[in-house]
Amino acid sequence: MYSNSRKLNFGLAINEAIRQMMEADDTVFLMGQGVKSPWYVGNTCNGLIQQFGEERVIDTPVSENAITGAAVGASIAGMKAIVVHPRVDFVLYAFDPIINQAANWHYMNGGKSSVPVVFWLIVNRGGEQAAQHSQALHSMFAHVPGLKVVAPSTPYDAKGLLVSSIMDENPVVFIDDRWLYNSQDEVPQEMYQIPIGKGIIRNEGTALTLVSFSYMAIESQKAVDDLKQQGIDVEFIDLRTIKPLDTELIFNSVKKTGKLVIADGSWKTGSVAGEISALVAEHCFQYLKAPIKRVCLPDVPAPASSSLESVYYKTKDDIIKTIKEIL
Amino acid sequence: MTYSKDFLENLYRMMLRIRICEESLVDPILKREIHCPVHLYSGQEAVATGVGAALEQKDYIFGNHRSHGHYLAKGGDMPAMIAEIYGKENGCSRGRGGSMHLISPENGVLGIVPIVSGTISLALGAALSIKIKKEDKVTVSFFGDGATGEGVLYESLNFAALKKLPIIFACENNLYSTHLPINEIRTNRTIFNIANPFEIETYRVDGNDVLKVYETAKKAVEHCRNGMGPVFIEFLTYRFRGHVGPDDNVQGSHTDIRPKDEIESWLKRDPLILFKSYLMENNISTEDKLTLIEQSVETEVNAANDFARNSPKPLKEDLCEYVFK
Ligand SMILES: Cc1ncc(C[n+]2csc(CCOP(=O)(O)OP(=O)(O)O)c2C)c(N)n1
Ligand SMILES: [Mg+2]
Repeated sequence: MYSNSRKLNFGLAINEAIRQMMEADDTVFLMGQGVKSPWYVGNTCNGLIQQFGEERVIDTPVSENAITGAAVGASIAGMKAIVVHPRVDFVLYAFDPIINQAANWHYMNGGKSSVPVVFWLIVNRGGEQAAQHSQALHSMFAHVPGLKVVAPSTPYDAKGLLVSSIMDENPVVFIDDRWLYNSQDEVPQEMYQIPIGKGIIRNEGTALTLVSFSYMAIESQKAVDDLKQQGIDVEFIDLRTIKPLDTELIFNSVKKTGKLVIADGSWKTGSVAGEISALVAEHCFQYLKAPIKRVCLPDVPAPASSSLESVYYKTKDDIIKTIKEIL
Repeated sequence: MTYSKDFLENLYRMMLRIRICEESLVDPILKREIHCPVHLYSGQEAVATGVGAALEQKDYIFGNHRSHGHYLAKGGDMPAMIAEIYGKENGCSRGRGGSMHLISPENGVLGIVPIVSGTISLALGAALSIKIKKEDKVTVSFFGDGATGEGVLYESLNFAALKKLPIIFACENNLYSTHLPINEIRTNRTIFNIANPFEIETYRVDGNDVLKVYETAKKAVEHCRNGMGPVFIEFLTYRFRGHVGPDDNVQGSHTDIRPKDEIESWLKRDPLILFKSYLMENNISTEDKLTLIEQSVETEVNAANDFARNSPKPLKEDLCEYVFK
């Protein structure tokens, strides 16, 4: 379909989405802490200030609440703001503009005003950064009506989903993960969209359905590859969007395999994995041949010490072990 | 004011303890024996030392990501701090927190965390508890110039003033907030007057002059102890190392955008050099005496590093400990 694709890494795929959207639409602008500094945002903002100037690419003081609110307000007033938080943890100061305001806005105003804003939040963990610099909070956003939440795992999806997020008339939480930033993929040069709310089958199989998203999709793919070598064919779905969920894709797969494992990069209680598990129990109960299993973080804050980090974060080995428990 | 020789030499010793301790971490960071992000305090020692000397053990402090100095100057145990930075089980936070989460409740170090401004309102609450319990204590909230961007600072100033709480807002203005120089985050390089609209007593002092820091902090502490409400102090200072790690540039991101001549002019105002000259010019201490102090501090720091290196890491099976009491 696309003739001119080439290898691009994750950060540069995001960069290209922002650049092309800013070129195409004068109302799009980018704001947030560190857009000037690769220390914060890697290569995602390369060249943007040079091309669009400091009026449309705004590095900000440490003022998450006000800056996020300003992004929401600008979007109410006709702009399309992208506000970046280089760590999800910092966005906790900005829950009011995101949840009370942006998420509720369209509904509580009877559909007369919408908020085409993108909250771009980067998960940045590992490296003994500990509790306040390691959190993955996607489930909290997924809980809230009025927010769409996307979480790509590949450069191709990152570009297409960011374009869709910016074009969307509603508030979208775009969550990515520093651990993805060096991954490479074929990415078309032209602008394209990945639809919000659509997952993708990365591997077809009949033994079991494995559902994942964001960085855990990378670990999942490794698990799928290893299991394939052992003659086990897992059907692997990368959700790409966690709100709204692509339930049709999940249900159809579970109806075929009868078994489900979900790998989610955040805490188990109240997780997206828990939601998927409940939905499948509600809608596919008669097809299930084994208990649904989840691979999540334990309900524990992120530790510092590497000895604890090594068991805290889940890998392909945890996924394989869990899959084998119900095969 | 006149001070005893012991008092002055102890100030010098504390500044040296902080400096030598900080510098002892450089090598292990570069060799990747230390993994966690470390925000070195080198260059700002006079602030923690001067404020610490004005406080008593019963008083409280809260800090931020760059708080090794605050912890040590308030009496925190050095081996426990270094062990924490190494991610060891007998670190002050049992290896769960790393450099950015130090604590020493028995010394009044009630909390140190990296969320910018995250502890300002907590310090406010500690001051509130002092008032409710009618205790004779003071709380110090340490934060940087970067923290002046967060609304919670202004909310806390207002409430502290309104309730006349015994809290000192200690702002270390080192002119940078990560990659942004102060003129890119504020219209005015001056910070201390942000407290004026709240009718809070406020000062601006040379944060590299440990005696000036001490004298101002002492006044502020008395103000608080006398029930006269909060004080705001802006300390003018400079960090000698990278935002995180020894040098932002060798960390691979080339993000130290500070002008060379600016760095050099501040190195000439090294708080340790300034205070050493003061002690010698006023015939308070001899070179020999100061060298002896330095040697004993080096011994202490080496022993603390050895303790940290030789300590065990937390056991994997203890991952789920400490979520609740
Ligand atoms: C809420 C929040 N936003 C952003 C950050 C990232 N960050 C770490 S330190 C810092 C600024 C530090 O500047 P300052 O407060 O002046 O302290 P200094 O590093 O100069 O000692 C920022 C923005 C953070 N830790 N917390
Ligand atoms: Mg600063």
